Amino acid sequence: MKAMLSRLLSGRSAVIGIPYLWLLIFFLLPFLIVMKISVSEMETVNFKDIITYTDDALALTLRFTTYLFITQDDLYYKTYLSSLKYAGVTTFFCLLIGYPFAYFMARAKATVQPALLMLVMLPFWTSFLLRVYAWKGLLSENGWAYDVLVGSGLDQVLAALGLIPAPAQLMNSPFSLVLGMTYTYLPFMILPLYSNLSKMDMRLLEAADDLGATPFVAFWKITVPLSKAGIIAGSMLVFIPCVGEFVIPELLGGPQTLMIGRVLWDEFFSNNDWPMASSVAVVMVLLIIVPLAIFNKYQAEATEVRK
Amino acid sequence: MNIGSTPTSDSSKFLQIRNVTKDFSGYKAVNNVSLDISKGEIFALLGSSGCGKSTLLRMLARFETPTSGQILLNGQDLAGLPPYQCPMNMMFQSYALFPHMTVWDNVAFGPRRSGMSKEEVAARVDEMLHLVQLGKFAQRKPHQLSGGQQQRVALARSLAKKPQLLLLDEPLGALDKKLREETQIELVNIIENVGVTCVMVTHDQEEAMTMASRIAVMSEGRFLQVGAPSDIYETPATRFVADFIGNVNLMEGTLTADHPDHVVIECADCKHYVGHGITGSEGMAVTVALRPEKIRIGRQPLPPSDGEPAGGLNRVRGTVKDMGYFGSFTVYHLQLASGLVMKISESNTERHREDELTWGDTAWASWSPLAHVVLTA
Repeated sequence: MKAMLSRLLSGRSAVIGIPYLWLLIFFLLPFLIVMKISVSEMETVNFKDIITYTDDALALTLRFTTYLFITQDDLYYKTYLSSLKYAGVTTFFCLLIGYPFAYFMARAKATVQPALLMLVMLPFWTSFLLRVYAWKGLLSENGWAYDVLVGSGLDQVLAALGLIPAPAQLMNSPFSLVLGMTYTYLPFMILPLYSNLSKMDMRLLEAADDLGATPFVAFWKITVPLSKAGIIAGSMLVFIPCVGEFVIPELLGGPQTLMIGRVLWDEFFSNNDWPMASSVAVVMVLLIIVPLAIFNKYQAEATEVRK
Repeated sequence: MNIGSTPTSDSSKFLQIRNVTKDFSGYKAVNNVSLDISKGEIFALLGSSGCGKSTLLRMLARFETPTSGQILLNGQDLAGLPPYQCPMNMMFQSYALFPHMTVWDNVAFGPRRSGMSKEEVAARVDEMLHLVQLGKFAQRKPHQLSGGQQQRVALARSLAKKPQLLLLDEPLGALDKKLREETQIELVNIIENVGVTCVMVTHDQEEAMTMASRIAVMSEGRFLQVGAPSDIYETPATRFVADFIGNVNLMEGTLTADHPDHVVIECADCKHYVGHGITGSEGMAVTVALRPEKIRIGRQPLPPSDGEPAGGLNRVRGTVKDMGYFGSFTVYHLQLASGLVMKISESNTERHREDELTWGDTAWASWSPLAHVVLTA
C-alpha cells in the first residue's frame, strides 16, 4: 500500500498526473455540470435535482425538452451550420495566407528566422480585445482600411458577392467577421506550419529535382504531403476556437452572421434559460469532439499500420 | 572552336571535366580540375571532408554551376542542356528517400516525370525492384526497411530513368562495416550489369579501391593523383597521397649512389638499396615510402636473396614499442635509434609463431629492394 502510494507520488506520475487532474477539475467536471444543467428543470432560480429519493423510490429525472427544441427550431440548426461555415472559411483563409508565409519563413536565412518568428508573435503583446476593437475603427468610415477598400472600388465587388450588405458598408458583415477571425487566428496557423516546414529535409527537394520534377511538382508531391501534420495541427488550432468564438462576432459580426457563441450568450443572459443554453453548449462540444475523435482514431490506425 | 556543339562518340571521353573551378565567395572549393571519364567506368573521387569532392559531384548533378570551365557529357556542354534532357541521376548520401511514399512510388517518381505511360512506368519500376531484389517490399514505406534495403531502394530510384551517368554520394556511408563489405560487391555488380557510367564520392579509401576502376585523390580542390587503385597505392605520386591511402612509413634521406641498376639512399637509421627504375643526382633529398606489409620483422634480419646487396642495407634494428593484434595480421611499432617509429604489419599465417615477439624485444626489420617508393615531392 505504502509502496503503491509512493509510486503514485513519484515524479513521473506527478508530471503526467497534474495536467490530467487540471483537465479533470476544470474541464470534465464543469462539462458534466453543464450536461446536468442541460437535462434539469428550472424552478424559478434553482434547478430541480435530477436524482430524487421519495417514497422509498430512487428516481432519475432527465428532461430532454431542450434537446428536442434544438432539433425542432431551425434557428439552432442554422446557427451551428453557420458557425461551422465561418470557422471553415476562416481556417481556409488562414491556411491560404499562412502556408506561403510559413514556407518562406522556414526557407529564409537562418539568421533572420528568429526575427521573423518574433514578428509573428508580436501581436500577442497587445490585448486580443484591443486588436479586434481596432478593426472596428479601421473598417468604419474614417478608417484607412475603409478608405483603401472603398477608394479602390473593392467594396463593390464584396457587395456583389454578398459579403457586405451594401457598398461602402464594411462593418458588421460576413466580410468583417471573417477578416477579424482570420487576422486573430493567423499566428496559430503559422507557428505549427513553420515548425513543421523548417524541419523538412531539403535534400528531398534536390532528389525530386534530380528525378526531373519541376519546383511546382516537387512542392505538391513532396513539401505539401510532408507538412500534412503541420497543416492539420494549424487547422485545428484555428477551427476549434473559431466555432465557439463569441467576442469577434459580437464586435465585428452583424445580423447576417449567426454564430453559436452569440446564441449561447443570449440564452444565458437574455433569456436566462440555463438548461437551454447548456444544451446548446453540449451539442457544440459534441459537434467538434466527435469528428475530432474519429479523425484521431483514423490517424492512430494509420500510424499503427506504418509501424 | 566550339567544343560544346560537336558531339563526340569517343567512349574514352564520355564525361569531360575541363578546367572547372567553383568559387564560393573567394574560396575555391574546386580549383581548375580537368578529367576525362570513359563510358562504363566506375570512377571515385576520394578525399577527406572539405576537399571539394562533393562540390564537384554537385556540379556534375547540376545542383551547382561551375564558376569557370566546362563539363561535357557525350561532347555536349551540361550548361546548355535543359534539365529534362540531362541523362544523369544521383544517389544521395543517406539516400533522401521520400518518407511518405511507398518503395514503389519512390522508384516510380522519376519515370512518372518523364512522360511515360502508366504501363511503361509500372514495367520499369518492377524491373528496377527486381534488379535490386526488393520486389516483395514494393508496398513498404522507407522507414520499414533496413539500412541495406533503403540503400537498394535509393539505387533503384536513381537507375529508374536509365541514366547514362550515375552519381553516387557516399553510397555506403550509412551502413555498418560488415554490411558495407557485402554491399560494395553487390553494388558494383548491379552497376556493371546495367552498364551505366558511374562517378562516386567517398572519403573511405577501401570503398574507393574495391569499387572503382579509377580513383582521383583530391585535396584542397585539386586532383593530386588520378589512376587505378593499385597505381595509387603502389606508386603514389606525392607524400600526401602515400600518407592518405593506407599506412606508410616515410623516411627522409639523401641519394648517395646512383648506379644503372640501383640507387642507394641514406636515411638516419638505415641505408636503402632501391633496385627499380629510379635515377637522380647524388646528394638529392628524397623521401622513402615503405608500406608496413612490405616489411618483415623477426629476431634476425632476412638473409639477402640472390642479387641483393649484402652489407646491412634494407634492414634496421629496433625495439618493439607497441603491438596490435588484428586477427588476420599483427601490427608492430618498432622504435628506431633516431626516434622514428616504423610500422610493420605481419600476416598471421600460422596460428602460433615460435619466435613470437613481445613488448621490449629487440627485432630486425628488413625489406626487399623492390619494396620502396621514392618520392621527391
